[in-house]
Amino acid sequence: MQTMIAQPNSLAQVRRDPAWWGRVFWMLATAVLLWPLLVATEFRPWLLWDAENLKPTLNFLKDMVPPKVDAGFLRMVAAETWRTVAIATSGLAMAWLIAVPIALLSLRTLSVSALAGRMDALPFVLRQFVRLVAIVLRSVPELIWALVFVRVVGLGPTAGVLAIALTYGGMLGKVYADIIESGDGHVTQNLLRNGAGRLQALFYGALPQNAAELASYTVYRWECAIRSSAVLGFVGAGGLGQQLDSSMKMFAGGEVSTMLLVFVALVWMADKFSAWLRSVLA
Amino acid sequence: MSVQTPASPPAPMPLPPALFDARCKACWVSVALLALIVTSLWSLDLQWRQFFSADAVARMGKFLGELLVPNFEGPFLRKIAVAAMETMAMSAVGTLLAMVFGLLWALPASKTHTEDPARWRGLSRAVLNVLRSIPELVWAALLLIAVGLGPFAGTAALAFHTTGVLGRLFAESMENASPEPAFALRLRGASPVSVFLYATLPQILPQLVSYTLYRWENNIRAAAVLGVVGAGGLGQMLSFHMGLFQMAETSTVLLTMMLLVAVVDLVSYFTRTRLMN
Repeated sequence: MQTMIAQPNSLAQVRRDPAWWGRVFWMLATAVLLWPLLVATEFRPWLLWDAENLKPTLNFLKDMVPPKVDAGFLRMVAAETWRTVAIATSGLAMAWLIAVPIALLSLRTLSVSALAGRMDALPFVLRQFVRLVAIVLRSVPELIWALVFVRVVGLGPTAGVLAIALTYGGMLGKVYADIIESGDGHVTQNLLRNGAGRLQALFYGALPQNAAELASYTVYRWECAIRSSAVLGFVGAGGLGQQLDSSMKMFAGGEVSTMLLVFVALVWMADKFSAWLRSVLA
Repeated sequence: MSVQTPASPPAPMPLPPALFDARCKACWVSVALLALIVTSLWSLDLQWRQFFSADAVARMGKFLGELLVPNFEGPFLRKIAVAAMETMAMSAVGTLLAMVFGLLWALPASKTHTEDPARWRGLSRAVLNVLRSIPELVWAALLLIAVGLGPFAGTAALAFHTTGVLGRLFAESMENASPEPAFALRLRGASPVSVFLYATLPQILPQLVSYTLYRWENNIRAAAVLGVVGAGGLGQMLSFHMGLFQMAETSTVLLTMMLLVAVVDLVSYFTRTRLMN
């Protein structure tokens, strides 16, 4: 007699994994899918243990262990660290100058013609155009902008400041507009309907409810700008990255480890400072 | 509670605080920020004069003019396609490696129940923080010394940085997973491995997948530019052609990069809105 529910009659049957064939199939399928990717990335981790590669790597690592701490070098690192912060800060200040007009011009809640239903054609086209400008500005990574500007103005912090200004300008402009539009639009529209000017509607309607969020987003972006300004140096845009790049090219392990430590500390401090600032502004 | 107080007349609306209240922290913060900005602009030797000089404007114009005529010849487009595939493969493999190592590293970095001694939690979190705070590009430049030029350096760089990011996030979601299923299994004498596989992992799996996909999206963008230090993909082509002043080729590479980023943005936007609704 067979019962309705099959009873396992041995331990082997209990231990049998019902999903076994499924698992095997998916593992094989993953391997088949992964293979071309590994070929494309020239995935050869054993190169790390290749005697020819291992020696310079080990030498470099051995060099890194006492970080270089003589006074002259530390003074130079401190100056470069300040330059990194300064590039980020002035880049972000200029980005803000770009972002505010972009945000104001693309804000749908400040449209007078949209109060009566659909927006007029001209303002609509203008708004879409400004949005497109913002999208183009931020879709080019800052590193690419920096490469371009290094070509035009030469090596140095100017290229870094401009690169951060353009990418972050597009980013901030778009996000500012999004933040204000996602807030409560009734206040702004009431003011506009009752004859307030657009700037009045902005200052008394849109800004008060969104100011904290706008400020905290800006501070967060400042933190990101510090991180990216350190990286921009690798293409010659000044700051800590440029020194790090040249030390790496000279295989000066001690200098590299000092600068990496300073870099990690800088990122950590920017993180803490921005968290503190955001809590104050909130 | 028991005594019914008569409704008091509505208090007059309070006036907003004066804009420049001396105690207003935000004002002092703004003043400090303004000072920081002014010092920054003052201390950097910015070459505005050079930037706005007729010479620089002419060079910029020439540069942009040359960028306007991209190279769309067949063989070059094929090379671009290969580089774009390489960029995608770098980001995919890097993210996958980071998912595996992040998960492994998150195990010692999380304290899942109260009796868990979690001796290595502090140390492994510190390692994850260091991995995370060094950007991909710096990792790539460091790894060039160990593995030489090519996409493998870029892949490994993405893997190192992303392991730091994902490991931290995974550890957090392991600690936030509800402890009851794990407790039930542990009570019945299940080994730590089976407790993890049958109680914790199934709970956090959706979160792991969504974090990983999000980082993959970021890594595609990062992989596109990573090559400028010589770590393969579109970035390496860009720095190669730009170094040789081949502007038509440079322009095509730039357009491909922007296209790639735009496609990734669109796909992520649509899947996100689809999943939300």
